[in-house]
Order: sequence, then structure tokens, then C-alpha cells
Amino acid sequence: MGKITNEEVLNNIATQFTDKVTVVGEPFGLLTLQTSTETITDLLSFLKSSPVLQFIYLTDITAVHYPEQELTIGVVYHLHSLVNNVRVRIKVFIDGDNCHIPTATNLWNGANWMERETYDYFGVIFDGHPDLRRILNVDDMTAFPMRKEFPLEDPNRVDKKDYFFGR
Amino acid sequence: MSDIQIVGAPAGVEGSGFFATSLDKAVGLARANSLWPLPFATSCCGIEFMATMASHYDLSRFGAERLSFSPRQADLLMVMGTIAKKMGPVLRQVYLQMAEPRWVIAVGACASSGGIFDTYSVLQGIDEIIPVDVYVPGCPPRPEAIIDGFMHIQELVKTESTRRRETPEYQKLLASYGIQ
Repeated sequence: MGKITNEEVLNNIATQFTDKVTVVGEPFGLLTLQTSTETITDLLSFLKSSPVLQFIYLTDITAVHYPEQELTIGVVYHLHSLVNNVRVRIKVFIDGDNCHIPTATNLWNGANWMERETYDYFGVIFDGHPDLRRILNVDDMTAFPMRKEFPLEDPNRVDKKDYFFGR
Repeated sequence: MSDIQIVGAPAGVEGSGFFATSLDKAVGLARANSLWPLPFATSCCGIEFMATMASHYDLSRFGAERLSFSPRQADLLMVMGTIAKKMGPVLRQVYLQMAEPRWVIAVGACASSGGIFDTYSVLQGIDEIIPVDVYVPGCPPRPEAIIDGFMHIQELVKTESTRRRETPEYQKLLASYGIQ
């Protein structure tokens, strides 16, 4: 059990970000917030430096692609307060054709590779990142393979054509 | 009484105190029974290769005692395992560093066709980047299958003319992979 409840976390956040942060839910007790690209840097900075909350550890940055939504790319931040043993999840939804979001590398050096990975797979451009290039895939790849429009199977493969299976 | 078997002589003309055969056959016999394999093992097929190389199956019986971990002294590139697209240029580099004559065997489904890894990050068969002589199916193939593939390579080596590497067909094949 954490030393502070989700409600206390929320009250702390509300002192500064009253209408800029909305609560999405608390699945499995994990407080999930949503905010915008304008607020995200301030919010992360506040969560890290707040003497009460102390979300000093950035667990992960990743993204989700929702093609049916208006803002198709959701960038997800997972923070962990090691002192209070509490975690929080923050989502920011951005336009899939023009995905820009401020970098978190100024707050955590560990964000560097996480943001490179998110760029590699979803094409999210983290403004202010010192070295935003692909990290896992081959450098000459042109697509972003975790987006839903990317075909799951390799189109170069010839042994899985439909006519081999009478389709 | 020793039960060591040695390779029989190739077809030729024999008489009292002499034996004559063609140079191709003599060279082919020597090459086929002293292949130096370079194991390029990336995953589970490599584990099967370890069994193949160990005393139970003992690939050294076929003259392949000496594994070459430098491509410059290797005759046979044995690719065993999934080759990720990022590994592709490395594999190609290894192939380019090998001296002629060189042979390639693709062991297992992944090296032959990508196998179950039909995805954005895996090379769909190493024949997309380098020419392959023998494919061994299986996921992973048993050591017997690897030995069978190796014996097919030996057969190729035995029957290959010493000038084959200069033929226009061979040059064309390499050119189709952008190697020259």
C-alpha cells in the first residue's frame, strides 16, 4: 500500500492544475490522468519536484494508436514515487499527422531512449530531444511499425499468398 | 583391427604404380572432406548445431573438425537462427569477407524463410541478401537434418568444377545480390 492515497495525489495536483488535468479513471488502483501538450512539461516537472508527491522515477514513456479517434496518438507517461510507493499514469492525445510533444529529457535523462523508442514505433516527435533518431529498427526504415495502418505481416513474403491456400 | 574408413578414390585410370584422374575431381575430393564451417548461430538452431558438433553426432567425421570463427579462413557459412533486419548487414559483411570458394547453408525455418517471425523486424530468409546453396527445413532441425544438409554441401563441393566461380552464371548470381 502506498503512503499517500490517489485522492491526496489528486488534491495536490488540483492546487496548480485545476482545469488543465482531467481524471480518466483508476483501473486497478492506478490513477490515470489526461492533459494537453501545453501542460505536460509543467505537470511532469511539478510531480517530480513536489516535496509531498516526489514522483522522481520515470517508469516509461510509450504511445498508443487509436485510428478511430480524432486525436489518434496517445502518449502515455508512467511515473513512480519511490518514496510514497505510488504510481500515476498520464495520457496526452495528439494529432497523428502532426505529432509534436515537448520532450521530458530535461527532467529525466532516462527519457532519452524512451522517447527515441516511441518515435521509432509511432513517429511521435519530441520537441527539444537532443538526438531523436531510431533506436531499435533499421535506420533506413521509412514507416512507423506500431501504427495500425502498418501491415502486420511482411509484404515481401511469397509463401503465404492466398492462392497457396485456395483463397 | 582399425575400423577407420577413408574416402574412396574418385573415378580415374589406374595401373601398376600410377593413378590418373582429373584435377577437378582431386581438388573437389580434398575440399569436400576438409570444409571449414563458420557457424553463424543466433538462436535455437544454434543449440542444435552444438549437439551436431559434439561427440554424439560428431560433424568432425565429415572432415569439418575445424570450426572457423574468422570468415577469412572459412569455406562454409552456416546460418542458424532468426536473422533480424538489423543483423542483415552484419551477415552480409561476414559473407563478403569469406574468400572464394564459399558455400552457404541456411539451417532452419527462420534462416530459410523468416519462419514464424513474419514481422517488420525480421529478415524473411537470408537469401534476400546473400546466395544460399542448401536449405535445411525444421524448427529447429534435428542434428541428423543438419548433417544431411552438410552432406548435400559436400556433394556440391565434390562435383563443382574449379572454374565454376569464373563462369558468367555465377558472376550474374553475385551481381543480382549486388556483390562484386
